[in-house]
Amino acid sequence: MLDDNNTRIALTVNGETVTANVPARLNLADFFRHDLGLTGTHVGCEHGVCGACTVLVDGKLARSCLMLAVQSDGARVETIEGADASGRITKLQQAFHRRNALQCGFCTPAMLLTVGELLRVNPKPSRDEVRDWISGNLCRCTGYQAIVDAVMEVSA
Amino acid sequence: MKAPDFRYLKPKTLPECLSLLAEHGDLAQVLAGGQSLMPLLNLRLAAPAVLIDINGLSELSGIREADGSITIGALERHEEIAQSAIVRQRLPLLADAAPHIAHIAIRARGTIGGSVALADPAAEWPACCLALGAEIELASTRGRRRVAAADYFQGLYTTARQADELVAAIHFPPAAPNAVHAFREISRRRGDFAIAGLALAALRTGETLHNVRLAFFGVSDRPILASNAMAALEGRPLGASMIEAACKALGAELSPPEDPAYPAAYKRQVATTLLARILGDLQAELLDA
Amino acid sequence: MSTDLKEPIGAEVPRDRAKRLLAGRGRFVDDISLPRMVHMAFLRSPYPHARIRGIDTSAAADMPGVVRVVTAADLADVVSTWRPLHNRFPTMAAPEQGVLATDTARFQGEAVAAVLAATRAQAEDACEAIVIDWQALAQVGDVATALTPGAPRIHEEMSSNLAFEAEVVAGDAEAALANADHVVERTFRFHRHTGVSLETRGILAEYDPTERRLTVYQSHQTPHQQQDLYARLLGLPEHKVRVICPDVGGAFGVKHHLYPDELAACAAAVLLGRPVKFIADRVESFMTDVHCRDHEVHARMGFAADGQIVGLAIEDRFNAGAYGQHPRSSVAEGNQITRLTGAPYRLENYAAKLKMAFLNRGILGHIRAVGHPIAAAVSEALIELGAKELGRDALDLRRQNYLRDSDFPLTSAGGVAFERLSFTQCLDKALSLADVGAFRQEQAALRAKGIHRGIGFNTFVELTAIGPEYYGEGGQHISAQETCLLRMEASGQVRIHIGTTDQGQGIDTGIQQVVAGVLGIPLDDIEVISGDSALSPMGGGSWGSRGAALGGEVAMRAARTLRLNLLSMAGFLLQKSADDLDLVDGIVVDRQHGTAHMSTADLAKIGHFRPYTLPSDLPSDLTVTARYASRDRMFIAGNGIQVAIVEVDTGTGLVRPLRHLVVHDCGRVLNPLLVREQIRGGVVQGLGSALYEEFRYAENGALLNASFADYLVPMAAEMPDIEVAHVTTPTETSELGAKGAGEAGLAGAVGAILNAVNDAISPTGAFLTEVPLTPPRILEAINRVAQIE
Repeated sequence: MLDDNNTRIALTVNGETVTANVPARLNLADFFRHDLGLTGTHVGCEHGVCGACTVLVDGKLARSCLMLAVQSDGARVETIEGADASGRITKLQQAFHRRNALQCGFCTPAMLLTVGELLRVNPKPSRDEVRDWISGNLCRCTGYQAIVDAVMEVSA
Repeated sequence: MKAPDFRYLKPKTLPECLSLLAEHGDLAQVLAGGQSLMPLLNLRLAAPAVLIDINGLSELSGIREADGSITIGALERHEEIAQSAIVRQRLPLLADAAPHIAHIAIRARGTIGGSVALADPAAEWPACCLALGAEIELASTRGRRRVAAADYFQGLYTTARQADELVAAIHFPPAAPNAVHAFREISRRRGDFAIAGLALAALRTGETLHNVRLAFFGVSDRPILASNAMAALEGRPLGASMIEAACKALGAELSPPEDPAYPAAYKRQVATTLLARILGDLQAELLDA
Repeated sequence: MSTDLKEPIGAEVPRDRAKRLLAGRGRFVDDISLPRMVHMAFLRSPYPHARIRGIDTSAAADMPGVVRVVTAADLADVVSTWRPLHNRFPTMAAPEQGVLATDTARFQGEAVAAVLAATRAQAEDACEAIVIDWQALAQVGDVATALTPGAPRIHEEMSSNLAFEAEVVAGDAEAALANADHVVERTFRFHRHTGVSLETRGILAEYDPTERRLTVYQSHQTPHQQQDLYARLLGLPEHKVRVICPDVGGAFGVKHHLYPDELAACAAAVLLGRPVKFIADRVESFMTDVHCRDHEVHARMGFAADGQIVGLAIEDRFNAGAYGQHPRSSVAEGNQITRLTGAPYRLENYAAKLKMAFLNRGILGHIRAVGHPIAAAVSEALIELGAKELGRDALDLRRQNYLRDSDFPLTSAGGVAFERLSFTQCLDKALSLADVGAFRQEQAALRAKGIHRGIGFNTFVELTAIGPEYYGEGGQHISAQETCLLRMEASGQVRIHIGTTDQGQGIDTGIQQVVAGVLGIPLDDIEVISGDSALSPMGGGSWGSRGAALGGEVAMRAARTLRLNLLSMAGFLLQKSADDLDLVDGIVVDRQHGTAHMSTADLAKIGHFRPYTLPSDLPSDLTVTARYASRDRMFIAGNGIQVAIVEVDTGTGLVRPLRHLVVHDCGRVLNPLLVREQIRGGVVQGLGSALYEEFRYAENGALLNASFADYLVPMAAEMPDIEVAHVTTPTETSELGAKGAGEAGLAGAVGAILNAVNDAISPTGAFLTEVPLTPPRILEAINRVAQIE
């Protein structure tokens, strides 16, 4: 649908160039999910607290519910689909699987991207540092311990 | 909930941005890091006709020292400030405060200018500005002006900024060689807004403190200086009786607003605890040094 | 233990489904879109109680993208109203409720009108343009006010706001308390909270009028229950209604009820003949997901001079919210409290009174561990108080009063039939893991430095796998039996169709393990198909810790039938007795010598493609079913104990959990990894109940914290590591011997933290009885005692 309040954007998503015509108010999470079909990014609150929509924008963690799609013009973004395909989080995924560091799996894609970033900036975190780093990612199922265990296993 | 509709404008230069602000005034909201504004939009608690995205304005970035002050551009992200070498050396209070702000994904995106413009009474940066005697630089098509933090924060989400003005930068006096500082806050969970927090800045001579500034946040409608407690500490060696006097003065001068989750009496008690602890630690630090 | 229950039963097997979730390939309801789909948004009452004098939808109807605006009148021909009756509680009031409010809104968030539009944003825009002529009415927000004569009535069809009252009596509690040497008495308050699944409620309903076929994708725990409800309330043939629950992002009891907005989405799909999607946002979730707790329990426990408990009397006052919850009703939490308080103890004289009121608040339903945390916390706080009064060690006092092996089986004073519980064994194990002596020394040393640490114990009973009598007699169409269909394909690989569902607990994996163990085939050769009312045989879904106990048992029974068929086929083909053969790793082997004869796949091929090679009367079906309902007693009960160590900052009131230990008895453990993680997750939810989670309301009844910024849930930084150990007392109700394990974490954590905090601050003389234990409550309690002194 053409709308005079739409803006044309071009960005790199998981290594692929994407162009789109987006309404001003569309947030980045909804853009990924409903326009690009990248449904691995989840929406748990839309007020930036639960962390389920966390992605990487220009190499930095960002809440995609707190960005407008139009703001991603020119950006390089990575979602769970890209991180999974790249193989760079395989060890984390395996450790999460082995330790059952996920139950319903709704927080999991954002949790993986978040702890992946931790291990990039701090390859040998302490348990407290892991807990601190993921303190903005709500998991309602696991109680967090298995997640911390999985990260520690990969960092060792 | 989805954001209400608005016009999205992304100026390429600061003058263009200021013209847009002059044109739209109250009908516009400035989008910086978006970590407070976007939740308000998504909850439909804000409904601006126009959103002016300032993220493209490189003039608003950077941390520089010049003319005896350190200037932090409004678009500096919390995490960039935390990692900045200049800040760590010259404004260590800010470096200590930054990790208390929310969580990593929020710190990576949220900006100091946004925090100062919003003026949440429980936020860290406004209290640091107040403790350090920072000046907020406001820009508009009418020109630029600097407002002292003590005059800038005027009430609940209320500041000296006019509708056509943009927070462009914050100017901090760098820490003197004999400066001491402390930052601490009480929150239920890591990264939550503080129930009560304190940013302390002072100069020391031996165990004596001068120019003491106690900026409390989370206990009023804005960050506030506890003047009576400051006076109780001023120019005297920091000791148990001074600490007690300061805490007593603080208890008398604080009148936190009633909050359904945290009654005023509770906040007062927690602020007093905070002051006693921060001064106790400072006393030990002064003795050690 | 039966000989065919071999590995991988009992092994630490990770979950198959986790792999796709880890790759971002999960499929949740909002991930699904259909052609011509419209989005639904609701206009909800901003008032807790208000008259609706008029609704003007004309401006909204003209808004961009709007397909239709609906009010109750527009849907009245499509969908019926309901009353949440429960025949076990025939005196319970069950006022009528519909998908949208008609003349009165009775709680904040009650849906009044809805918009169907091309996008959710447009639907919300149009909701803002609906004009309602409201007349605010006096709102009732607490039980005491609600039950005062002359209080504003929430339902005009009722003569008061009393929804239900009941008594449970054994012996003569009043006489026993009057004659007791010591009586401890307190009033406990447990505030209202909810389940907070990270994925909010959501539904996508598709209706084809040519076939009268309704297909519903829903984030839900109980697809068959929904199929039945949708068919009856929408007047559709049940076999044309299909409810599919794809990946579900957490449920915890939030998602096993009927919600008016979700039914409204189905009704709108029928009305429009187009797919309708409704995804609750977080604010809607907080306002309209079922809430839980919100109980005030007055309790008295009497002791003889020797420490024997002689009597216990409790009165529980709570509320249903504005309506009864459908179809399960809202009585259960109070009912569980009256039945479980004091349950771990030898108790002859017991009296429990229960009053449930209606309030202008969100509806209370069944959230994880219904009633359990309250019953356990009250009992165990009273034991601590009793020990102080008697000058006894509280652990010794528990030990003296615990039900013992020789007491079982018994029907408790609260009227629950217990098979065998292991209180003393769990306590012994807990003490072997937690060095209480060393803790007490450390505690004393730290107190001298102004650091206040405390230890709390909490014994709990866990009611799991409820039998069919509760809802069967109640008149609800809620299946508590379970059915399993196993089909072996020609490859020898197996599909399990089952009525239980899996929201991440790992129920599917446990069932897979059971079938693998019985059939002697690799786990990778088995898939579980659940959560689809058309593909899965009739069953109850997942709630009340029924998956392992009932789903595991029925899968075992089906697998045994298939195993017998395979062995009888093999016996015929090999000319051996089936009794001399076994199935191991997909191979038919000689039971005694292990000699390999043929593969299970060979048998499957013969069964499917060359059945003429087998005698026609030989049992050789490769698709088999089994059905199971527990029969001996209402529940399969488990038990355990939790130990919490906390530090209380007496300058701020902040509580820091330092260590947490759970000793749990869930009978046979099908998968220790998954049970451990279930319990850890439950404990952390319990820490949320104990420390953070609470809805707060303004004086005018407005909900103040319907967002994650203000409704606090446990996050990683504050949570402790949690040790889990087991005592194993298999149930003899089933052959598998598994009991449920989903309630335990939450059931025990609240009381453990309450007792630990009270232990920590005991030098101040304060004793808290109000949960959550917020910092202001803790400081206020300490200050109050200090002022008195």
